[in-house]
This record gives sequence, C-alpha cells and structure tokens, in this order.
Amino acid sequence: MTTLATNYLTPTGREEAWRFTPLKRLGGLHDGSAIVSDRHSLTLNSNPVNGVSFALLTAAEVNPISESDDVIVARIRDLAKEVSVLTISANTEVAEPILLKRAPGSLDSAEFSRVLIRVENHARATVIIENTGDTHLAEDLEISLAPGANLTLVSLQEWESKSIHAGRQHAVIDRDATFKSIVVTIGGSLVRLLPTVEFAAPGASCDLLGVYFATSGQFFEHRMFVDHKVPNAKSRVNYKGALAGDQAHTVWIGDVFIRAAAEGTDTYELNRNLLLSDGARADSVPNLEIETGEIVGAGHASTIGRFDDEQLFYLMSRGITLADARRLVVRGFFNEIVSEIGVDEIQNRLMDRIDAELAKAGA
Amino acid sequence: MSTLEIRGLKVSVDTENGAVEILKGVDLTIKSGETHAIMGPNGSGKSTLAYSIAGHPKYNITGGTVTLDGVDVLEMTVDERAKAGLFLAMQYPVEVPGVSVSNFLRTAATALRGEAPKLRTWVGEVKAAMEALSMDPSFAQRNVNEGFSGGEKKRHEIMQLELLKPKIAILDETDSGLDVDALRIVSEGVNRAKEGNNIGVVLITHYTRILRYIKPDFVHVFANGKIVEEGGPELADKLEANGYAEYVTA
Ligand SMILES: Nc1ncnc2c1ncn2[C@@H]1O[C@H](COP(=O)(O)OP(=O)(O)OP(=O)(O)O)[C@@H](O)[C@H]1O
Ligand SMILES: [Mg+2]
Repeated sequence: MTTLATNYLTPTGREEAWRFTPLKRLGGLHDGSAIVSDRHSLTLNSNPVNGVSFALLTAAEVNPISESDDVIVARIRDLAKEVSVLTISANTEVAEPILLKRAPGSLDSAEFSRVLIRVENHARATVIIENTGDTHLAEDLEISLAPGANLTLVSLQEWESKSIHAGRQHAVIDRDATFKSIVVTIGGSLVRLLPTVEFAAPGASCDLLGVYFATSGQFFEHRMFVDHKVPNAKSRVNYKGALAGDQAHTVWIGDVFIRAAAEGTDTYELNRNLLLSDGARADSVPNLEIETGEIVGAGHASTIGRFDDEQLFYLMSRGITLADARRLVVRGFFNEIVSEIGVDEIQNRLMDRIDAELAKAGA
Repeated sequence: MSTLEIRGLKVSVDTENGAVEILKGVDLTIKSGETHAIMGPNGSGKSTLAYSIAGHPKYNITGGTVTLDGVDVLEMTVDERAKAGLFLAMQYPVEVPGVSVSNFLRTAATALRGEAPKLRTWVGEVKAAMEALSMDPSFAQRNVNEGFSGGEKKRHEIMQLELLKPKIAILDETDSGLDVDALRIVSEGVNRAKEGNNIGVVLITHYTRILRYIKPDFVHVFANGKIVEEGGPELADKLEANGYAEYVTA
C-alpha cells in the first residue's frame, strides 16, 4: 500500500464539476490522501459462456480508450497496475445476463479500479454489475461498442451505508451500435457517477436510464455527458430520483453537447425528482449546447415535485392506507425504469429495498 | 341495511381571495337499495358534495354532519370511509403512472376485505368483472387510467364498484362521455352491483337517458349549493323539458 502524493490539480469545490460535491466526504479519492489498496474486487459471477472472457491484464497492455479531465480518473490511471477486461467477441449473442460483482472491500483503504468492457462487432449482451458491501472505490469503467454491437449495462449501487464510490462509466459507441445503460443508486454514503457517452461514428444510439433514492445523510450525484460529435446519432436520457429524510441530497447534471459536425442529431433528456419529505434537497441541471441547427430534435425537461394529492386521494378512496398509497406511487414512479432491467429477481429486490427505505424514512 | 345521512352540510374551498362557500346546507338521506338521482346546473356543487363525502382534502367542512349508520364519517380518513362502505365513482378518474390496474385492484381488495383475496379465485373474479363491462383483458396490465379514453375510465370505475362491493355508492356523472352501447353496459353493471349487494346509489347526472336504465326512486334538484326540490322519477322528465331556470333565478 502506498499513499499517493498530491501531484494533480486537486479540486477546491469551486469548479463547475465539483460545485455540488461535499469533498470532505470523498474519502480522499480526489486529493491523494486516500490509502491506496491493491485490491481487485471485480469478479465474474455467472457461468462461463463461449465468446465471453474476463481477465485481469496489465495496464501497459490496455490503453484507455478515452480522454478525461476528471482528477479522480487521472489518479486511477496513474495508480492502477492492472485492468479488469470483459470481452464479448464478435458476433457472439449472449442470452443470459453476464454478472459481474464487486467482492466486499474495505473502509480503511481505497481501491482505484480500471475496468474495460469490450463488445466487438455485432456482439450482443447484457452485463449486470452488482455493487454491495463496504467500499471506498474510485472507478474508471470504459465501454467500447464496436460497429453493430448491442450492449445493455446495468450498474447497481446497493452499497452499505458508509461506502464511498466515485465512478466514471464512459461508453464509446461506434457505427450502428446500440448502448443502453441502467444505473441504480440506492446505497452508500456518497456516490458520484459520471455516465458519459461519446459517439464515434454515425448511426449509433444510446439510452441512458437511471433511478436513485437518497435517504437521510446520503449524497448521490449523477453527472451525465453525451457528446454528439458525429452526425446522425440518437441519445435518450431518463433519470428518476426520490429523496426522503433530513440532509438527503441528490444532484443530476445532464450535459448534452451537439457539435457543429453532428447534423441529424436526435436527443432528449429527462430528469424527474420526487421530494418525499422536508429537509431533502434535489438539484437538477439539464444543459444543452448546440453548435448546429441541422438536427432532428433536441430537448430536455427537469422536474422536482412532491406527492400528487389527487393520486393519493384516488388510491385511498378505494380503501388503501396513506402509507400503502405512497408506496404504490413511489413504486409506480420507479417502475418505468426498473422494469427495463428485465430480471425479476433483481427488480423485486430493488423494489423491496425502495419500500424499506421509504418506511425507514417515515415518508 | 345501511343509511347514509347528510345533515346541513356546509363546505368551502380555499381560493386566492379566501374561503368560498360551495355547499350551503345539504340534507339528504340514502338507504340501502335506494337510488337517488341528483340533477343540477354546472357549478352548482354536485361534485363538491361527492368529494366531501369521500373526504377529498381540498374541501373544508364548515358545518353539518355526515353519518353512516350513525357513525361520524367526517372524522374518518379517506381510506377509512371506503372501509366503512362508501364508494365514489369519479367524474374525472385520476391517472396513476406506473401502477397497473391489476396491482391496484388487488391492493384495494386486500385493504377492503382485510385479507389478500386468494390468487386463483381473484384472477377469475377480475376477469369476469372486466368481461361484464366489455373491457379488454389487456387493461389489467395497463397503468391505472393512464391513456384511457373518457368512456374507458368510466367503465373502470364501475368495474371497481362491482369488485369492491360498497354499501353506498356515489356515481358522479358516470354517464358523461359514454356512447349508447357503453351507457347500456355501464348501467347494467350498476344494476348488477346494486341488486347483488343491495347498494344505495346516488347518481349525479345531467341527462335522463341513464335514468331509463337505472330507475331512480327519488330525484333531487341541486342548485347553488343545496337541494332545492325533491320528487319522484317524473321530476327528471320535467327538468329535461324545462331546464333549471326556475331554480337558478329563485
Ligand atoms: N379552488 C376553487 N376556487 C374557486 N372556486 C372553486 C374552486 N373549486 C371549486 N370551485 C367552484 O365550486 C363550484 C362547484 O363545483 P362542482 O365541481 O362541485 O360543480 P358541479 O355541480 O359538479 O358542476 P358540473 O356539473 O360542471 O360537474 C364551481 O362553481 C367551482 O368553480
Ligand atoms: Mg361535477
């Protein structure tokens, strides 16, 4: 174990990218004060399948496929000596989801982890990453989709209550490839994720979905960036969050950049927040930057609302108690996205967890 | 045998310019098996009466009483009123995103019956109720009222009436927005529910056409926040011919 020197520009909190994040709660992932462990917690948790490989390669063998100005990513790239690489070879169609799981970590030292998911030409798969237990984790997850590839990536943040997770999930999407991501964040003390997408060639599309539910004292940030730098790509973003309990704080930033070359772009992003009690705070900032007018469509919407009295009244008028009516409405709110995961066992587990959080918060 | 008794009910709503009184002393008694039609001009307070009995939070009760078999209804929460045996078919049923009809109905039936209905008999019960109202089985998987047409929403309300078996049902303009066939189907549903469970029915309507299917025992004219005249079925025909002019100016 080593302690990393402060050899990067350390954020002060005044930078645009860091202005919402409580830096003091980041466990030193950003400023070099974290104790660095050499843990590799990511394991393959489903049966081996032809055409799918999972291996730990040396960092020298696996160059990053993207650039990043994020300080934590810079530290990870400096520190990680190995990279966990999941490859789905060309033309492989994997019927069952590929399960990756993070083995329990530690709260005393931090893992700086590089991961690469490679989906080769016309391969098709669903990958589910289950994150549970205690951790201090800085994660640089890169996803490459070759031409015609199709990937659904589900990332589940079900951490224990003291965990800290700062992660970037960056997808580079090639011609006619389709990327769908479903991010679920319901556990941890601080989770800050950067689900970002870069279109490398025309005809590609992405669907970025997410749900988060923060209760007392939790801070969850999702900072999206979709880079339309080529023509005729399509992006959809839909994140839904609920907050209950004192000091629950969520941040959703939706940056979409349509560059001058990106004619024929079609983009829409949506973020809805349900504020279930006083003392919680949701920040929601959609941001569309457009350099060309020759597009199919570009729009965004963002809402922060409370329970709809009419919905609660309707349900209660059929004998349903207030607590059950709220539970139904919250489940209904999340259902649109959770049901996209397509694995009943996981969906039920998440919904039960959401019920439990709601009950705990007394909202 | 149940009795819903409304005495001197006064109700106001909060507006930007302070409280506005909508109901100005309503007296009405409904017994099991009876059918009461309430007719009256737009804005006279019919829906306000219905919502106030059901306990909608928007309405402030400023005077009077509502009791069901002698028990104070106004003290009850909205769900307690339903459990006591009151049902409101709404003029504008509410959409509940992400909640399937089937989940909603089962949750409601569980709440009202005190235990979850046995899955096997329940599925058949719901299917039969939907078929009886000529609703496609696919509605069970759709979200509550979401994207339903006006007529479909009304059928869905009456389907709930049949499944949930209340003691007293208030139907607020259930006939509005129904085509002729749907009107007959929905009316038959109301009559089935009524006969099967001896329900007392309050039928709020603008039109006598539904009264050809659901025969009222009493007709009440509602104007300016109160009942201004009462009579038998013949009163409805008189209203259809003459309108409300004599009550509104009076
Ligand atoms: N928030 C409010 N502010 C002001 N007036 C209100 C408010 N809510 C209701 N009202 C008024 O209360 C009156 C009664 O409304 P209600 O819906 O009970 O009428 P109704 O008899 O059911 O009419 P309709 O036949 O059109 O359904 C109306 O004049 C309506 O405008
Ligand atoms: Mg009305």
